[in-house]
Amino acid sequence: MKKVLVILLLAVVGFYISETFFDIGFGNSHFVNNEVIKPVKDTYLQQTVQELKVANTVTSIVVNFRGFDTLGEVTVLFLSVTALGSILYKRRHHVGERSVLFSASSIVTAGSKLLFPAIVLLGAYVFIHGHLSPGGGFQGGVIIATGFLLMLLAYENYSVSHTNLAIVESLAGVTFAGVGLLGFVYGEQGTFLENFLPSGVLNDLFSGGVIPIIYIAVGFKVAAELTGVIYTVLNEKGEQNG
Amino acid sequence: MMAFILIIVLLVLMIAAAIYAVVQKDLLYAVIATGIISLVLSILFYLLQAPDVALTEATIGVALTTIIFVITIRNTERMEIEADKEENIKSTKK
Amino acid sequence: MDSTYFEYLDYAIYGTAVMVMLIGLYAALVKKSLLKIVLGLSIMEAGVNLLFVALGYLKGGTAPIFSDGYDPSQAMVDPVPQALVLTAIVIGFGVTAVALSLVIRLWRHHHTLYIDEIKNLKW
Repeated sequence: MKKVLVILLLAVVGFYISETFFDIGFGNSHFVNNEVIKPVKDTYLQQTVQELKVANTVTSIVVNFRGFDTLGEVTVLFLSVTALGSILYKRRHHVGERSVLFSASSIVTAGSKLLFPAIVLLGAYVFIHGHLSPGGGFQGGVIIATGFLLMLLAYENYSVSHTNLAIVESLAGVTFAGVGLLGFVYGEQGTFLENFLPSGVLNDLFSGGVIPIIYIAVGFKVAAELTGVIYTVLNEKGEQNG
Repeated sequence: MMAFILIIVLLVLMIAAAIYAVVQKDLLYAVIATGIISLVLSILFYLLQAPDVALTEATIGVALTTIIFVITIRNTERMEIEADKEENIKSTKK
Repeated sequence: MDSTYFEYLDYAIYGTAVMVMLIGLYAALVKKSLLKIVLGLSIMEAGVNLLFVALGYLKGGTAPIFSDGYDPSQAMVDPVPQALVLTAIVIGFGVTAVALSLVIRLWRHHHTLYIDEIKNLKW
């Protein structure tokens, strides 16, 4: 009885939502080139290539034009990692062995030792060149965390110290907020998170003012946080008998 | 013509994987189906001319979400229990 | 992405995104095992993100990146929905991680993941 009612309700909701979107249309210039929406999109595209001299538009929107939302997102990620660490809290005598009970076979152990530096190098490349090609801080940080996951799964006594991860994460967060506060002192209009360094030539490594510095700090912070999450979850003592 | 057929095949694959993930009782297979949904979504993002979003979805959706689900399954139980049998057993025990 | 059947493409993409969203919502409402409910939440997020990025597409447009030798006369797709979806994906992962840590904690206490049992067992 409950299933029939739920299916009926979902059918009604789905009908009305899809009818609205079929009216809007797909790929129309009628919707995107409206009188209200056109100035926002064209202003962002023009200012990115002429004033900021940054090649990737999505990076300049995320860091420069709507940088306050990125600060909020970094805060939400930090809060969720803290909540996960405090919910899975264990006392001293309950700390057991890891969920991985034995080392993997010799192919995996030998291969992961070779692959780990390459993965970290790829992640660092992606978040340093965030303003020139598709990529950025979040993508590069997650790639580095995947490299640490490979090492943690292959060896049974590989460990990362929580103190070092906490130091790196805190320093990166302080850098982000500090660069934002420097906008009060050095900027022309004196606002938070303002771009006060000079923008160089288009498609150069040191172009775009403050944008590479902020994205490198975000890359370090995301990598340290996600490595901590995986290390916390892997250290649960399993009580399953199967 | 070829691009249109490719997009239709990807969309049908996404719906099939979603239905399989909901219906299947063995939870490990359901988690792998969710990983397939994220992979197909990443290819669709690339075809819609959004490369940053495709990179983010490919790493977070496929690698990290799957590994966290698998570790949770390893610490709890693997099969979704059958509802009627458990209810009868518990009611007759009390 | 130009082809002769372009006008059927909007029914396909919007319809698929809404259907995947509703399948995830069905799993979150009807299923009785806690892990299936969290899985339905994750499927719903995928559908919503696809719907959002598909709104900003422009026919014949290209990616919004000004690399060397870009063509000034070609139109570009809308970059604002892509920036919003980037944030949404990361926050969706954070929510999934916290929900799964709560599932592990509940298992430690009750040794079952069946929500009717958990309601009946008073502390």
